[in-house]
Amino acid sequence: MTLRTLPVGEHGLLIELDSGEAAEALHAELLRRAAARRLPAVREIVPAARTVFLDGLADPGRLAAELPGWRIPPLDRGDSEIVEVPVRYDGPDLAAVAERWGVPPEEAVRIHSGAEFRVAFCGFAPGFGYLTGLPERFHVPRHATPRTRVPVGAVALAGGYTGVYPRSSPGGWQLIGTTDAVLWDTEREPAALFTPGTRVRFVAVSDGAIPEGAAP
Amino acid sequence: MTDSAFVVVRPGALTTVQDLGRIGHAHLGVPRSGALDQPAHRLANRLVGNAEGAATLETTLTGCAVRLRRPATVAVTGAPCPVTVDGRPVAWGGPVRVPSGALLEAGAAAHGVRSYVAFDGGVEAEPVLGSRATDVLSGLGPAPLADGAVLRLGRPGGPVPAVDAVPHRGVAPELVLPVVLGPRDDWFTPAALRTLSTGDFRVSAASNRIGLRTEGPSLERARDGELASEGMALGALQVPPDGRPVLFLADHPTTGGYPVVGVVPERYLAAAGQAVPGTPVRFTPLGRPSWGPPARRTAPDGG
Repeated sequence: MTLRTLPVGEHGLLIELDSGEAAEALHAELLRRAAARRLPAVREIVPAARTVFLDGLADPGRLAAELPGWRIPPLDRGDSEIVEVPVRYDGPDLAAVAERWGVPPEEAVRIHSGAEFRVAFCGFAPGFGYLTGLPERFHVPRHATPRTRVPVGAVALAGGYTGVYPRSSPGGWQLIGTTDAVLWDTEREPAALFTPGTRVRFVAVSDGAIPEGAAP
Repeated sequence: MTDSAFVVVRPGALTTVQDLGRIGHAHLGVPRSGALDQPAHRLANRLVGNAEGAATLETTLTGCAVRLRRPATVAVTGAPCPVTVDGRPVAWGGPVRVPSGALLEAGAAAHGVRSYVAFDGGVEAEPVLGSRATDVLSGLGPAPLADGAVLRLGRPGGPVPAVDAVPHRGVAPELVLPVVLGPRDDWFTPAALRTLSTGDFRVSAASNRIGLRTEGPSLERARDGELASEGMALGALQVPPDGRPVLFLADHPTTGGYPVVGVVPERYLAAAGQAVPGTPVRFTPLGRPSWGPPARRTAPDGG
C-alpha cells in the first residue's frame, strides 16, 4: 500500500492512499489504535474518499514518520452487524438510472437492493454518509443542475456512492427511492445511523410495509 | 415576570448562541461551530465569573437588545459598540450589573463585526452533541435570536472578578493571515502562489460564519480535474473554481472537493471573524512544515 502524508496547518495531517478501500482500512486501523490508546491524542479523525484527515495532533510530523512502518490489515467486511434500511424505490430518477444501466427499473431495484454497502465516510450534512458497494459499471453522474429541494429520506446515487438525505436540502444526486429510516437523531448515540465503517443493506418495500427486523 | 431568562427585543442582523463548539464529531459531518472570536468570547465569560465554555450571544454588525427577567451581571466584548441599560450608557468590556426588567442593548459595532454578550450563569440552551452553539451551516443548536424569543439563563457560578474594564485590541488597518502551505499547494501554479503572497485581496461582503470570502485576484491551477472529497480543517484556504480563496471559519463543511492551498493557524482566525467587508487582506505564506514534502523552489518566502 502506498501512502502519502501531507501537512494541514500546524496540527493536521492528511494521509492519502491509492484507493478508497485502502483509506477505509487505514481508518479502521486508526480507530483500533485509538481505542487501544496506541495513537497520539487527536481531536478529529475524518475519513473521506481516498484520505484520512487527523486534526489536533501535537506533532503531526512524528506520526507521519511512523506511518510507513505500520502493518495495516485489509478491511474486514464480515464481522459487524448490518443496518437494514427499508426503501420505497419510487424516486423520480429511477427510470433514468435504469436506462443508464441498460436494465428495466425492476432490475435496477434488484441490483441496488441486492448489493452490500459500507459507509466510507460522512460529510455534506450531519449524518449524510457516502456508501460504497455498487460495481463501477453502475456508477452514475450527478445532475448538472442540482435540485433546489431534495426531500428528507431520499435515497440517491452519484458517482459510485449511494447516500440518504438526513434532512431536506438542495442536492444534485440521482433520486431512486425514499426511506422512513431516521438518519440523524441527536437524542440517539451515535446521532448518525450511518457512521464510517457501518455495513448497510437497502431492502425494497412497497408503500408503508416495513420488513421485520429492519432499522427504525 | 421574574424567572431566569431574557426576552429578545431586537435580534439584530444575526445574533446566535455560541460557545467553544462541537469537537470530535467531524467524521459524522458535524462542523466545529462555536464563537468566531474565541478570545473575546472567553474574556466576556471571565468578566462575569463564568467558565470559558459558558454560552454567550454573538452579534453581527448591528448588535442586539434583550430585556432581563432576573438581575444579571453582563459583559460585552469583541467588536466595540455602545452598551446601554434602559438607555443609559454603561461600560463596554467590563462587568455591568443589570436589574431585573431592564433593557440591555449592545449597539452597532463601531468597528469589527461581532460583539459577545455574556450573562452570569451563561445562556442555557439545550446542548446538542455537547455544545450550545448555533451552527448556521447544518442547523444544529438553538435557532438564531428572533423578536420576542425567550432564552433561559443558567445559575450564576463563580465570583465576578474585580476589573473595571479591559482595553480593546485596536483596529488593524488590514487583515494579515499567515498561511501554512498545503496540503494541495501543488495544485496551483508558481505564479498563483506568488499571487497569494503579493495580491490585493479584500474581505467580500458574502462572508459569513462558514467562511471569509475574498475579492481580488484568482489563483490559477496547475492541473485540471476534480479532487476527491477530503477532510477540511478549520482555517483551510479553499480555492473554488473561480480561483478566489475562501477561508474556512467555525461553521465550515467537514469535507470538500476543492483544493486547499494552505491553512491559517487557529490563533489568527479571531481577527478574520472581526474583519468587515472591504478590509484589505494580506496572506503571508509560512512555507511548509519541515516534515512535509519539500516546498517547491518557486514557493514564496521559502519553505
